Amino acid sequence: MESQNKVIVCDGLTKTFGDFTAVNAITFDVKKGEIFGFLGANGAGKTTAIKMLSGLLSPSSGKATVAGFDVATQPEDIKKNIGYMSQHFSLYQDMTIKENIRFYGGIYGLSRKEIKTQSKLLIKKLGLEAYENRLVEGLPLGWKQKLAFSIAIIHNPSIVFLDEPTSGVDPITRRQFWGLIYEATHQGITVFVTTHYLEEAEYCDRVSIMVDGDLKDLDTPQNLMKKYDKDNMNDVFLYMAVRSKYKE
Amino acid sequence: MKQFFAFIKKEFYHIFRDQRTLLVLFGMPIAQLLLFGYAITTEVSNANIAVFNQSPGQFSNQLINELKSSDFFRVSANVHSKEELEKVFRTDQAKIAIVIPPKFEEGFYNREAQIQLIADGSDPNLATILSSSANAIIMKWMMKKSGNALPVESITTGVRWHYNPSLKSVLMFVPGVITIILMLVSAMLTSISIAREKELGTIEILFVSPLKPGIIIIGKVVPFIILSIFNAVFILVMAWIIFDIPVNGSIVLLLLESLLFIITALSLGVLISTVSNSQQMALMLSLFGLMLPVILLSGFIFPISNMPLPLQVISNIIPAKFYLIIIKGIMLKGVGIMYIWKETLVLVFMSVLMIVLSIKKFKIRLQ
Amino acid sequence: MLEFKNISKSYEGQEALKDISFDVKKGELFGLIGPDGAGKSTLFRILTTVLLADNGTALFNGHDVVDDYKYVRKNVGYMPGKFSLYQDLSVKENLNFFATIFGTSIKENYDLIKDIYQQLEPFENRRAGALSGGMKQKLALSCALIHKPMVLVLDEPTFGVDAVSRKEFWDMLKSLKAKGVTIIVSTPYMDEASLCDRVALIQKGKILQIDTPKGITDSFEKILYTIKTNKIYESLKVLNDIPEVSNAFSFGQIIHVYAENELNIEKVNNILRENGIEDPKIELGEATIEDCFMDLMVSQNLEEDGVAE
Repeated sequence: MESQNKVIVCDGLTKTFGDFTAVNAITFDVKKGEIFGFLGANGAGKTTAIKMLSGLLSPSSGKATVAGFDVATQPEDIKKNIGYMSQHFSLYQDMTIKENIRFYGGIYGLSRKEIKTQSKLLIKKLGLEAYENRLVEGLPLGWKQKLAFSIAIIHNPSIVFLDEPTSGVDPITRRQFWGLIYEATHQGITVFVTTHYLEEAEYCDRVSIMVDGDLKDLDTPQNLMKKYDKDNMNDVFLYMAVRSKYKE
Repeated sequence: MKQFFAFIKKEFYHIFRDQRTLLVLFGMPIAQLLLFGYAITTEVSNANIAVFNQSPGQFSNQLINELKSSDFFRVSANVHSKEELEKVFRTDQAKIAIVIPPKFEEGFYNREAQIQLIADGSDPNLATILSSSANAIIMKWMMKKSGNALPVESITTGVRWHYNPSLKSVLMFVPGVITIILMLVSAMLTSISIAREKELGTIEILFVSPLKPGIIIIGKVVPFIILSIFNAVFILVMAWIIFDIPVNGSIVLLLLESLLFIITALSLGVLISTVSNSQQMALMLSLFGLMLPVILLSGFIFPISNMPLPLQVISNIIPAKFYLIIIKGIMLKGVGIMYIWKETLVLVFMSVLMIVLSIKKFKIRLQ
Repeated sequence: MLEFKNISKSYEGQEALKDISFDVKKGELFGLIGPDGAGKSTLFRILTTVLLADNGTALFNGHDVVDDYKYVRKNVGYMPGKFSLYQDLSVKENLNFFATIFGTSIKENYDLIKDIYQQLEPFENRRAGALSGGMKQKLALSCALIHKPMVLVLDEPTFGVDAVSRKEFWDMLKSLKAKGVTIIVSTPYMDEASLCDRVALIQKGKILQIDTPKGITDSFEKILYTIKTNKIYESLKVLNDIPEVSNAFSFGQIIHVYAENELNIEKVNNILRENGIEDPKIELGEATIEDCFMDLMVSQNLEEDGVAE
């Protein structure tokens, strides 16, 4: 019964490139509807792990299921059931807002009617009514990111992966973006997010910290701060990452 | 000067560390030369011919043997009805058929012998070549026969191919391949290498350095001049070793003219790079803006004199056309500068024009 | 050392910079703080002579950046926003190349880059493309420094870089400053503002404020409260509906509330409780640069609420 409430079950997931172990036997679960923060320094193996979980890269060893599907054997099923958005937003710059929504709705197999209602809803939610026929190119960065996120969850996936979604966005828009993330979790969508703004880690329900391919710790932000006796996640992260660096 | 050499050293690092560039540089000439030399050829050998002999006998068998014994034909099918012949063509068993009518044997000495050649017109070029070859063989045999038996009052024309007596197509293609390769290496690789610096943002640091724009351009261009000359020599040597094609004229003159053409192509490359901000765009522009015109309009494959007038006019702005005339002249006819000075002047003029244009367009700042 | 006077620049009808004026003193570590698209890179490109302004002038140590661009190019160290090194050249080849084109050698100015480059030396023969983010950044900085520039211009050097490498990078900048290099650096990370001597907050091509970090936070005009609750998202909604509250923003687990006048804490507490939020803790707090930035954005109407025509 319990496993049904888990969107990601990761058991000893490993990826090696030649001699180099990018992801070293990480084991963790992500519960349905939670915001899961996935932290780590550059090169700690975050991107490799996300690629494995989204079915783009097959693991060297270990096992993981996402939305009930095995990452090694059912990557196509996984792709249907997840949303993905990265810092390099995936919208087509030379298409209008409406065309982008229609296109992504189409590739995720929404019916014409669903696309119509969904795009109306989405455009209204973001307050873009006056701009729906504008090319994405001319929109401010924050808008693009909000739009990209909304499109990433247009097919109501069980989980959405966000790779540094708020990089470079102004502080107010960043908070609005997190507002959208909260709303998505209320719809039952699980959110898996990486960020370099560590105060954003505090918005997550649980946070994992990767250092050099290992999953060093995983807990709620409050518990992590308590455990390492720090006031904020920034200090927790610095403490863990720096400590590992000078241990070598 | 030290800056300049450092820049050139850097360019060579880029070239020798990029497998794609190396492939274009060295794989391309070999591939093209072999492709044009062996595969795409207009010479006919061992073509399939179908025989519909309605009058078996001494003469018809002699004629068929004559066809068989030539290098040109191989009898691939013997048919016995029109329907069968149809089938042979439809299934591509033969591209040409010889039909010997009934009463051929009897009518041979009464000058009533008629032979029909049927060729597959879906490939007109091939059909023409095959039928004229077959015709030639038949005529030769007839001459022989009639020469023995009775006098013939016919006049035949004998054609001799000057400069390329055996009509080897590879002779035509080597100058063409050199032209293409020089254009490709010089223009495309230069424009891509400049566009790459724009794409990566490294051009910004180069701008914000004491390097003069002229040095940047020349530094980009010099490595490709060296490599292009090397390439031209390489192709000539390959053509000589593999296809036994000599350079009839002065090699020094040939290399000097090639250098001129390389400079024309390079300035075109620099010009392209000034208007493209990404490698992809530079590639597209050089492919469609340069390669296609060079192949189609330079006279390499299609003779310019056969083109409609507008295309003939357009072909005059294509540098490759003039270089092709020059290189064919030197390689095949062995002519000296006296015969190609006009074309040389045109190239000089084009280079100067484009160098001036690209220096004007090459900004010391971003747009 | 640097003077900007009424700089304006438009791209295809969109105003990237609107009448920017400020100056940077010799030996200063000056920060240009603002999100992507605020106009930071455009300003830096004008300063480093690769772009021309539509209006206004910029002076580099008294030399005009347009008329005397050669002087500027000789004396500026520039690290553009994109990773601008040759990925297919090794660490050493990159450094050698940049040293040579600036007419110097690694040996000559080794002092200045020693501390930074020493960390790279174990990977001297590795291609730049194979370096980790933090290492690339160190190499780019070494290359920008190799000719001993008067002014170092760094465009978002810490963008997308993890917190550890960012901290190391700012430590390096501090030691460079101690060696007398004037530094102007841009960043989208508000928390890095406090590490500069002076900062300019920039949004949508306009400067919101220029001051020392302390000067900026001191000038925060509203009263700031911090609220700890267990339900951030719900609390924010409730708080933003209270008329006396100008704005409420989350800062991790804490909510910052700005108000023109003192709030009745008891009343706010009650409203929160009525909406099902248990045990809120409200205290007076001090503004950070980020608070100031957001407040200025709202009061100067520079939120992303319109598309430029």
